[in-house]
Formats: sequence, structure tokens, C-alpha cells
Amino acid sequence: MWRGDAIYLLQNLILKDFRIRYRNMSLGVFWSLLNPLVMMGVLTFVFTQVFPRASTDGPFAIFVLCGIIPFNFFALAWSSATVSIVDNVTLVKRVSIPREIVPVSVVLGNCVHLGIQIALLLLLVIVFGKGVNVHWLWLPLVWVLEIAFVCGVGLLFSALDVYVRDMRYVVESANTVLFWLVPVFYPLSSVRPEFHFVYEYNPIAALILVLRTILLEAKPPVPSTLVKLAFTSLFALILGYIGFRMLKRRFYDYL
Amino acid sequence: MTQAVIRFTEVSKGFVRHSGRRLLGGHLVHRLRSSGKKEVFWALRDVSFEIGKGESVALIGANGAGKSTLLGLVAGLAAPDEGTVSVTGRLAALLELGSGFHGDLTGRENVYLNGALLGLSRAEMKRQFDQIVDFSGVREFIDEPLRTYSSGMIVRLAFSVAIQVEPDILIVDEVLAVGDQSFQAKCLERIAAFQRSGNTLICVSHVPSAVQDLCPRAIWLDHGRVVKDGPSPSVIEDYTQGRLAAVGS
Repeated sequence: MWRGDAIYLLQNLILKDFRIRYRNMSLGVFWSLLNPLVMMGVLTFVFTQVFPRASTDGPFAIFVLCGIIPFNFFALAWSSATVSIVDNVTLVKRVSIPREIVPVSVVLGNCVHLGIQIALLLLLVIVFGKGVNVHWLWLPLVWVLEIAFVCGVGLLFSALDVYVRDMRYVVESANTVLFWLVPVFYPLSSVRPEFHFVYEYNPIAALILVLRTILLEAKPPVPSTLVKLAFTSLFALILGYIGFRMLKRRFYDYL
Repeated sequence: MTQAVIRFTEVSKGFVRHSGRRLLGGHLVHRLRSSGKKEVFWALRDVSFEIGKGESVALIGANGAGKSTLLGLVAGLAAPDEGTVSVTGRLAALLELGSGFHGDLTGRENVYLNGALLGLSRAEMKRQFDQIVDFSGVREFIDEPLRTYSSGMIVRLAFSVAIQVEPDILIVDEVLAVGDQSFQAKCLERIAAFQRSGNTLICVSHVPSAVQDLCPRAIWLDHGRVVKDGPSPSVIEDYTQGRLAAVGS
């Protein structure tokens, strides 16, 4: 049995990801900022100049950035967690560490990225004159819920990828579809009410809505959205953990 | 024999042949025409043995005899399909030295990561870091990226981490053939000290003479079964003769 220090190992694995990623980039952390900024610029151009549309709350650039950052985090963390077990086959087959640590460390490693992008978002909110308000105190909670959700999904799909190797392509395609199904560049108000449930039970969409409510409207998050966000996130985490535990028994045989 | 730290009771481990079924299409096709019949390859069949605390055992056998599967079960990486495996104590397996190493990290960073993987806590790592580096003899280069190391240096560093985990059970898999002579002598000295302090050692090799000196007892595996289990010299003699006979025929 492995009798090590799981938290210490988790820290080391996250540090490893971080170091390897940034050591191979001459611009380092700026890459974390460049991608959302470019996306923000392009989407703002398209939806204010090419398809001018009904006004949204606050400046469109911030509006769209509130969508890009949660979506990018989810898409990147989900796809990298999905391949984590298969790509780290040397660890999984040689060292008897608790296997859950591998996908979880990948998700948490992406949080370093995320932290930088959130800082950028908050900075731009202030630059665009929206100012700080007391409801910002909700932000840590909603982000933690999102991370819990991605951990759950990442655990489940990393285990599935061991058995079905093209799971990674399923995830890639799902991410492409999801970009349109979460309100990255449109407000929920443009969606017909009968479709709202698709957004409210989708933690990524719910997080985007909550972020806009807090940052742009300076209002507390809608309680029902918050409850659904919490419920679906914790449900995903528990489901992912249980699914992983069931599937990990035969990892050795399939790797 | 003192208390058993490793006990295998009628252990079998099979692998279902799943050629091509790792892709989605393969799974679907398999489901559709599956008649419930599975083709199983038995890597281990009805293996029973006990290894007591402080014993040193060599595991010998040709490639594909089931040595790696057996070690995988001991290390808790896989679960047996039949029978029971019980292992007590902290285990360090030098299955593939440096399998957790990464070329873009420095020697120092790799030591921390590998130590954590093998089960060292932060406090233990802090206490033992200098010993690890001194033993490896690569202190000069410890802050250089690992990809600049020679393969010998990497093995030395990996061995140094693994031995510092202070395991109760140490598994050494074909790794003593690496490193230069003086480092090999150092490793053997270190392993001898490990044995003297009452710990359990399992050596794996398909070159039996390499492990005969370290291990008084040997287990010979062939096609997933234990052929012979007893004092090293006699088991190794039979094994060598068996192989000669196989080559001769």
C-alpha cells in the first residue's frame, strides 16, 4: 500500500505541471493573458461591428470576458484531465499512488492559469469603471464550485479514457458544441424561457450568469441559480469520485 | 520463519485479450457480437508463497514468465482475479528507475517529485534531501535540467531517492546492472545494510547469477506458475539447466 503524504504529492504534481508549462514559454505567464484577450477582442469585434445586437449590461468586452474565462478554464481542464491517466501511464503502472491524484492535480494545475485570468478580469472590470462591490465576496465560493465540478467531470472522463481511448475526441467535440450552448457572447435574456433550464443546470453557464450579475450589475447572485450551481457541482464531484473508484480497479489491465 | 510480510494464496491474474477494443468502435462491435465468451491469458496461475520479514528473495524466470505481474500485485498496482494478496509495510519498488522523472525539471525538482511519489512526506524530504544528493554524487549538477544528465547520472539519482524512502520492503527489478562499478558497489553496500536491519528484499532478474549473492532464497516462475521455490543455488541450477535444455532441443 502507498503510505505517503497525498497533499504533498498533489503540490509536487501541480508544481511540476506549472514548471514544465512555463519553462518552455519565453513569454511565460503572458500566454495565460493573451488567449482570453485575443478572444475578447475578436468576439467584441464580431458582435458589435459585424452583428450589432441588442445592448447587454455593461461594456461588451467585459460581458464577453465573463463568458470566455469560465468556459476556457472548463474546456482546457476537462480535456487535459481526460487524458491525464493515459498520458501518465508510467506513474500509474509503476507507483501505487492513489490514482485520483493524477486528474485532480491536472485540474488544480489549470487553476494557476485561471487565477491569472481572474485577476485580469477583475482588473478590466475596474478599468472599465464598474468598480468593486460587496458582492465580490461571492466570487471565491462560485469559483470553488466550478473547480469542484471540473474535478468531478475530470475524474470520470480520465477513467473512461482508459477503457475507451477515443474519449478525448468526444471531449474535444463536446467542448466545441458547448461553446455555443453556454452564454459566452449572448445574454440569457435572448434565450427563449423554455430553454432556460439548459443553462441553469449547466454549472458553466450558471457561473457565467452569476459572474455577470456580480461584476456588471453589482447585484448578489440569484439564489435559485446559486443553489442549482452548488447542487450540480457537488453532484458531479461525487459521481466522478464514485465512478473513478469503480473504474480504477482494472486500470492496470487496460493500460 | 518470522511473520510473513507478503503472502500470496492461490493467486491468479488474467488479462482479457482486448485487441482493438480500446477504441469506441471496438467496444461497440464487441458488445454486439459478444457471446459472453472471453479469451483470457493467465499471467499468473495458482501462485502461493510467503515471504517473511527480513527475508531476501530472488524472483527468476524468462521474459513473460509473470515476474512483472507478480510485482505489480505486490506493489498494489493491480488486483488479483482469484486468491488473495496481502502485503504489510511500506514498500518501495524500483520497478523502472526514474519513471516519474521529467527532463525539463532540474535534478532537485525531480528529487522532490519522485520522493513524494514514492511516499516521502515534506518533513522526511527536508531531512533526507542532502543525503539523497550526496549518495547520488551529482550535487554539482543538481540545479541543471535532467535532460542534460547522462543516463548513468539519472539512474544514480533515482536509486538514491528510492533507497532513502526507508521502505520495509524493497523491490529491485533488473536495475543493478546500471551505473559504473563504484556506484554499483555503493548500491550493493546500501542494500546489504538494508538487509541487515531486518527488512525484506525482492530481487528480480533473468540473469540469476546477478542476484544469487544477495538472496539466499529464489522463486522460479515459468508461464505464470511457480516451478521451484527454495535455496537459491539449487533453484538457480535447475533454472539454468532447464534453459540449457530448452536451447539444446
